[in-house]
Amino acid sequence: MSSSSIRRTCALARKEFLHILRDARSLGMAIAIPMLMLLLFGYALTLDVDNVPMVVWDQSDTQLSRDFISRFHGSRYFSVRGYARTYREVEREIDSGFALVALVVPRDFASRVEAGRPAQVQMIVDGSDSNTATIAMGYADVVSLTFSQDVAIRWMQSVGGPSFAPPLEVRPRVWFNADMESRNYIVPGLTAVIMMVISALLTSLTVAREWERGTMEQLISTPVKGYELVLGKLAPYFAVGMFDMLLAVLMGKFLFHVPLRGDAVLLFAIAAVFLAGILSMGMLVSILMKSQLLASQIAMVLTFLPSFLLSGFVYPISNMAKPVQWISYAVPARYFVALMRAIYLKGTGLELLAGEIALLVVFGAIMLALANARFKKKLT
Amino acid sequence: MAETSDDKAVVVRDLVRRFGSFVAVNRVSFEVRRGEIFGFLGPNGAGKSTTIRMLCGILRPSEGAGSVAGFDIRTQTEQIKSRIGYMSQRFSLYEDLTVEENINFYSGIYRIAPDRKRERKEWVLRMAGLADHRNSRTSVLSGGWKQRLALGCAILHEPSIIFLDEPTSGVDPMSRRRFWNLIYELAGRGVTVFVTTHYMDEAEYCDRIGLMYRGKLIATGTPEDLKHRFMREEVLEVGCERFQDALGEIEKLPGVREVAVFGRGLHVVAEDGETVAAEIRTLLAEKGFCSAHVEKIVPTLEDVFVSLIEAQDREESAEAEVRR
Repeated sequence: MSSSSIRRTCALARKEFLHILRDARSLGMAIAIPMLMLLLFGYALTLDVDNVPMVVWDQSDTQLSRDFISRFHGSRYFSVRGYARTYREVEREIDSGFALVALVVPRDFASRVEAGRPAQVQMIVDGSDSNTATIAMGYADVVSLTFSQDVAIRWMQSVGGPSFAPPLEVRPRVWFNADMESRNYIVPGLTAVIMMVISALLTSLTVAREWERGTMEQLISTPVKGYELVLGKLAPYFAVGMFDMLLAVLMGKFLFHVPLRGDAVLLFAIAAVFLAGILSMGMLVSILMKSQLLASQIAMVLTFLPSFLLSGFVYPISNMAKPVQWISYAVPARYFVALMRAIYLKGTGLELLAGEIALLVVFGAIMLALANARFKKKLT
Repeated sequence: MAETSDDKAVVVRDLVRRFGSFVAVNRVSFEVRRGEIFGFLGPNGAGKSTTIRMLCGILRPSEGAGSVAGFDIRTQTEQIKSRIGYMSQRFSLYEDLTVEENINFYSGIYRIAPDRKRERKEWVLRMAGLADHRNSRTSVLSGGWKQRLALGCAILHEPSIIFLDEPTSGVDPMSRRRFWNLIYELAGRGVTVFVTTHYMDEAEYCDRIGLMYRGKLIATGTPEDLKHRFMREEVLEVGCERFQDALGEIEKLPGVREVAVFGRGLHVVAEDGETVAAEIRTLLAEKGFCSAHVEKIVPTLEDVFVSLIEAQDREESAEAEVRR
């Protein structure tokens, strides 16, 4: 690129930057929307099932049954919200959504346990949210199992047996997201998704706007070159996008307390590659459509759904049907989400991530080349 | 191109532009000499803008050939673009930028040498009368200011040919006059000016004009030339009271081609002026139109244009008749 080309590109970049500064709407879109999305999704979107609201009908009403119930209440997974006296009451609490599960302890609970005979307790679960229901049932199983184990040990000790230990015990140790906080997993992915949606939207307007306002006709009558125009227009949005990225990382750190284990420089370098590709894609859409409305809608469709559904951000790609998995290879957010998580949660370095980074570079190069090739200094 | 000699700024041969089945420009040929003010005159939709866009290298011709500043309008459009200034119909300035920012932008695009940048900017500001408004947003400027600023931005790089597409539409009369003074100034320095307009009075300011109608160039020449050469009929000016009523009566006279209201009187087009003038005088006296006067005048460009357009329409309907 010659020095004179750089001058033209700079003139375009400066002009475009002034447009962004002067237009409150685009400035708001560039900065407020990503922050709003991060706040909204960061707080609302949690995959943890904690404090499942529970209603209890304790027919036994004994020391033992109260002990059993307190095992639920004492865990972080359940929270006893009320007591029922009849099935009608239980039904009402679940129907109204006041409780998600109901625990019914039968009248003969204590007597059977103390006699060493098997006792049954009833668990009623609202299955309309199947995911939460499954997890809650799993928790309930564990709570009951530990209780039975304790009862068994106490019983053996009372009959004078040797001190007893269960034959097998799993001691889990979680790596990478030791607290099993789903937020630590969601925020890095969310940042990737927001970057994709916002940046494509930003550039999708820029070329179309000039066609609509008639300024493009003037611009194409000058000796400006296509690549100077594409690069000049990309530059300010690239700066805005990187600023968004910085905001997102800072919010992740100070607001959501998501630890960043990996190299921050690597993180931003990868974000820059990803951003350049997505901005070029938005620009390509703008060049092809020549209409702001159409271009912004297409940019939304191209980025929002794929990045939410096919990037592995919420739904694991490995659980998807094979054809859908293949499609997901064409979604650049897939690589960026994976890279963000690897760097955030595992602290993985460049050597293990090179393959995915290379794919992002290829994507960016293709988009930039296409935008450059499709921009014609002609009217039709 | 072989025809292009050094004194020709624009040469066009059989230029055609179609949009689908619509022929916007139909086999147009003409030449513009260096340093000339050449006016393209015609109603809206006549193909003036389409022609100018092809000359500026931003629209591909469907057929035909042409050159601007010695470069081919089909294959050497980028060379053309660095040698011309183009001002499109809507003064395409960036409304959210200030006057100075617009100038700075175009001086970056045209790569004005750093040592000349300041001088050129001051020149544009002075020329447009915007020195006191350099920090105003372009959107708040009046039409005349926008027009002069757009012209300034288009000629920052001192091109040898400038193309102005309806530069004076929507601009007040004072600004129009000022604008034409600028155009004369540029032409005086040897710049070729190619301008389109649908104002007849502006056409009189041009060295030569081309009349465009329905995609065809129906006449070219100096304004004087057109008035005398192309006007086969004669024009009579009729002044009288209640001239609207008189119009209906005069139209019925034999030998009258056309009657039109012109100012506070009528223009009557007739093949034999002397005879018809006498007839009109008799008629007006008979019908009691007081203080009437009838005299033969030099036709205005508007008369010429209307006469040429009607001849064209007659020809086309005759052709259509034959084809049927």
